[in-house]
Amino acid sequence: MAVKKISVQGSEEPQKKRYIVVPGEVIVSGEDYLPSDGTRRQGADIVAAKYGLAEEAGMVIRVIPLTGAFVPRRGNQVIGRVSNITMNGWVIDIDWASNAFLPIDESPHFINKNEMDQFLAIGDLMLGKIEGITARGIDLSFDGPGLGKLEGGFSFKVSPNRVPRVIGREGSMINLIKDNTKCDVAVGQNGWCWVYSEDMEGMLKARKAIEMITEKPFVEGLTEKMESWFQENK
Amino acid sequence: MASFKRSDGRKVNELRPMTAKVGVVPNADGSALFAFGDTIAIAAVYGPRLLHPQHMQDPKQATLRVNYDLLSFSVYDRKKPGPSRRSQEISKMTEYALSPVLDLKEFPSTVIDVQIYILQADAGTRTAGINAASMALAHAGLPMKNLVCSVAIGKQDTTVVADLTKEEEDFHEGEGATDFPLAKIANSDQFTLVQLDGNIATELVAEVLEMANETCAEVYEVQKKALKAGATQ
Repeated sequence: MAVKKISVQGSEEPQKKRYIVVPGEVIVSGEDYLPSDGTRRQGADIVAAKYGLAEEAGMVIRVIPLTGAFVPRRGNQVIGRVSNITMNGWVIDIDWASNAFLPIDESPHFINKNEMDQFLAIGDLMLGKIEGITARGIDLSFDGPGLGKLEGGFSFKVSPNRVPRVIGREGSMINLIKDNTKCDVAVGQNGWCWVYSEDMEGMLKARKAIEMITEKPFVEGLTEKMESWFQENK
Repeated sequence: MASFKRSDGRKVNELRPMTAKVGVVPNADGSALFAFGDTIAIAAVYGPRLLHPQHMQDPKQATLRVNYDLLSFSVYDRKKPGPSRRSQEISKMTEYALSPVLDLKEFPSTVIDVQIYILQADAGTRTAGINAASMALAHAGLPMKNLVCSVAIGKQDTTVVADLTKEEEDFHEGEGATDFPLAKIANSDQFTLVQLDGNIATELVAEVLEMANETCAEVYEVQKKALKAGATQ
């Protein structure tokens, strides 16, 4: 079965071949290939288990999903909203089937158990890291730079599959947005974005920029394009 | 029987013109449209998400919940909105047709909701619905073994024909009309749905399955093409 090849990343990385596959489609044949995320082995073939962009990096084959809901994984940074306060922590809604839990110990300073809403009240936003996923639920932590309560500003949602592009390689895109809008920007793997600045114009511009990036999944050299967009819209 | 003349002039194994598209419902996690001629179905997939009431949760695997319905304007006599005996049966049967390809064990205790709505009905709505739902599930990025292709094979008097229209379903000459909706896993010979409404000679069943294999391959190509076109939008 031949698969249609499309140029997505251009010629800068010729060793990476990418093409769109549907579930059940044979990506490559051969015992030497290794099936990674979104693929499985069927006899001698590597078959797509998901709809998305198949990527051949050396002998490793994986499928990057282009659409669909956020599925949490350990180590993901997510933006969530406090939905309940319990005896020993906060219940956080992170747009997934089960709620996440943030233990009281994650608070940066001592908190009186009777006044837990002094730190995080119901409805407050937070940026946390997924510490572990068990059958009972998801555990969050504030262990990392920039993690904690998100105060002020506003939040909005984009497609979780576009978040890697919003962040860019080694954070190039998100830093570009921060520098050009003078905003504090946080992006969660679950698609929630948060912007904060004293200047409303800057916040709206940051939101516009993020939404533009998520609407253009197949543009080459997007960082340069966004740079010139910021130049034009100073 | 080359002499048999179908009411719309099609060949016995010819499907109605198919159209397919993904991403038709912006707020869903995955969505698709599939049409066999004048029969148009849209499917939207939500989830995996929280399943309520809690006692319905299955800690071993995700629950697939399908809701099929005709929209009130899809048929000549207005269809009363809401679930009916017929739509509940088709919803359940669509669940059975789709669940063999889904990797439900990856998302325990959750639900995957599939909403199938028929915008316009001209027979073969359940098959169009299954085709749309299968594309929508793939579009929702869910782990799947393969796509599901579905087609209704039927019989006009003693001739086996593919993809009947409403007019053909109301055929009354000779043995009358038989409706034989089937769904199968693409590129395999595993059927996930076999229904039969009417009479058919045992010898003809082999012919029906053969025609289903042939026509499902055409359906699969349409589904695959639509999914690939949908990715670059």
